[in-house]
Amino acid sequence: MLDALLGKRRGEFQLDVAFQAEPGTTTVLVGESGAGKTSVLRLVAGLDRLDRGHVTVGAQQYADAGRGLHRPAWERDIGYVPQDYALFPHLSVFDNVAFGPRASGMPRHRITSAVTEALTLVGIPELARRRPHELSGGQQQRAALARALALQPAVLLLDEPLSSLDLQTRRALRVELRALLARLPCLTLYVTHNPVEALVLSDQIVVLDEGRVAQAGTREALLRYPRTPFVAELVGTNLFVGRPVTTEGPKPTIRTPEGLVEIGDLPGPGAAYLTVSPREITLSLRPPEGSAQNVFAGNVVELVPEPPGGERVRVVLNTRPTLVAEVTPEAISALSLADGAWVYAAFKATGVHRYA
Amino acid sequence: MLRIVAIALGAALVLLLGLPLLSLVLRVSPGELLDRVRQPLILEALRLSLVTSLAATVTVVALGLPVAYALNVADFRGKRALEVLIDLPMVLPPTVAGVALLTAFGRTGLAGRALALFGVSLPFTTLGVIVAQAFVAAPFFVGAARAGFAEVDRKYLDAAATLRAAPGTAFLRVLVPLAAPSLLAGAAMSWARALGEFGATITFAGNMPGVTQTMPLAVYLALQSDVEAAIVLSVLLLAVSLTVLVCIRLAPSRLPGRARRAPR
Repeated sequence: MLDALLGKRRGEFQLDVAFQAEPGTTTVLVGESGAGKTSVLRLVAGLDRLDRGHVTVGAQQYADAGRGLHRPAWERDIGYVPQDYALFPHLSVFDNVAFGPRASGMPRHRITSAVTEALTLVGIPELARRRPHELSGGQQQRAALARALALQPAVLLLDEPLSSLDLQTRRALRVELRALLARLPCLTLYVTHNPVEALVLSDQIVVLDEGRVAQAGTREALLRYPRTPFVAELVGTNLFVGRPVTTEGPKPTIRTPEGLVEIGDLPGPGAAYLTVSPREITLSLRPPEGSAQNVFAGNVVELVPEPPGGERVRVVLNTRPTLVAEVTPEAISALSLADGAWVYAAFKATGVHRYA
Repeated sequence: MLRIVAIALGAALVLLLGLPLLSLVLRVSPGELLDRVRQPLILEALRLSLVTSLAATVTVVALGLPVAYALNVADFRGKRALEVLIDLPMVLPPTVAGVALLTAFGRTGLAGRALALFGVSLPFTTLGVIVAQAFVAAPFFVGAARAGFAEVDRKYLDAAATLRAAPGTAFLRVLVPLAAPSLLAGAAMSWARALGEFGATITFAGNMPGVTQTMPLAVYLALQSDVEAAIVLSVLLLAVSLTVLVCIRLAPSRLPGRARRAPR
């Protein structure tokens, strides 16, 4: 098991992150650029020193700032694939993958089989003699992965492994990577800014926002129970956080900083989280009169086809809170929606998902 | 108007640098060059120059690599002073270097007396020539090596560290190979400087044929008795210098592994 409590200050940036992960699982660290994702990997790898906290893998303590313990990267049982792969340009693919085994003093006769095994695992045994600059982006990614896996590390660290690839390669490799990671006995930390990768590849997701954990959990938990606006945006839903009230109307109601929201069932006590699926929101140019009980008004900020070039359009509004509606392109043209248009966004009380 | 002045000034510099070299080359026919090179005096000087300058280069590379590395990665007290010390031979008059070497390694010098206990004497020996050459050539290699190391992207060293490579391994297997073009260029510059060394050598090691009389010294001596021999030697040295420079200019672009600095 990996137990990480990471505190690091770098200039204005303060990282304070804690999480745990089990062997054989993939933990995806997701967040925007500058959220501290790469810092987490570098601290776990031992490339940077902790200001506070500790890194423990199984029975091995890699770092403990309190005791001044810092085992350098080359003494840690980790494999690391940096964002731009950093394949050694002066070495062939074989020698790149053999670098770890050689540096760790593996007996000569076992190196060839270790390298071949790693290259076969990632599906490029035929590229052993090539130089990195002769490889495509996808092949470089595989070679870097093979290099990191050659020593069968306990912890595998992947930093945006797919982000520098073109869309098609990325999709194909994402599927392959998922199958590969599922087979590996090691514990994987996977950094990405891409929510889809996070949802597809993860056993556990740790959402980072400005150096802190915004929320952590399984993908199901995050999809169904987002706790912060950032996580809600990540999983593509609308979130209200408020407190239940009963006195302000005949219907069950939640008071949020943005106003009252009617809900379908009776509210319990305590804080209440409300999500509204973008598909539950209907748009109109005039205040709606029908059965939708919750209405917010605002301007259209952005129209995003979803999936790219696809059959739905996500309409981002500058309502408070920011609402995202997902409608058909036909609805867009019927309302002749464009950036800046004033619209009413409405959803029924029964369309609200509530959890404490 | 300004343009014409600029062109005239530029042309003057080209003439200043080019004319002496051109006239030197024009004075000797290839046949004569070959004839002369076979003369014992010239052969002897040539052999001595090659041996000493190569030995000096090997010394400078061996001692300079760790220093260049330390200056690049570490921050320590006296770092600035060390940098100045290493650059100093580049601007120091070579005869002053020779005198300084004499005061250190001469019979009564600080280190000279210690060395004498082991039966080693540097002044007026071939070993002394190598020391004098290494003294003046060192900054060229250290400077080039530092620039080369600085150019290697840190990401490769990080990658090496995560692959069980302790700093020593990473240095030999990653940093040195990736900085190889700069290291070779630095070594070549050092070698050329050692080969051309005159002032420190004649001051510290003297001018004994076969022992300390290197090519530049032979040129100077020949000029007083046999001008033609001096010219032939000069053309040889010119050819060597030119070859080194051209090689340095061409080499880095051919060798792989020159890393671009990636933005973080």
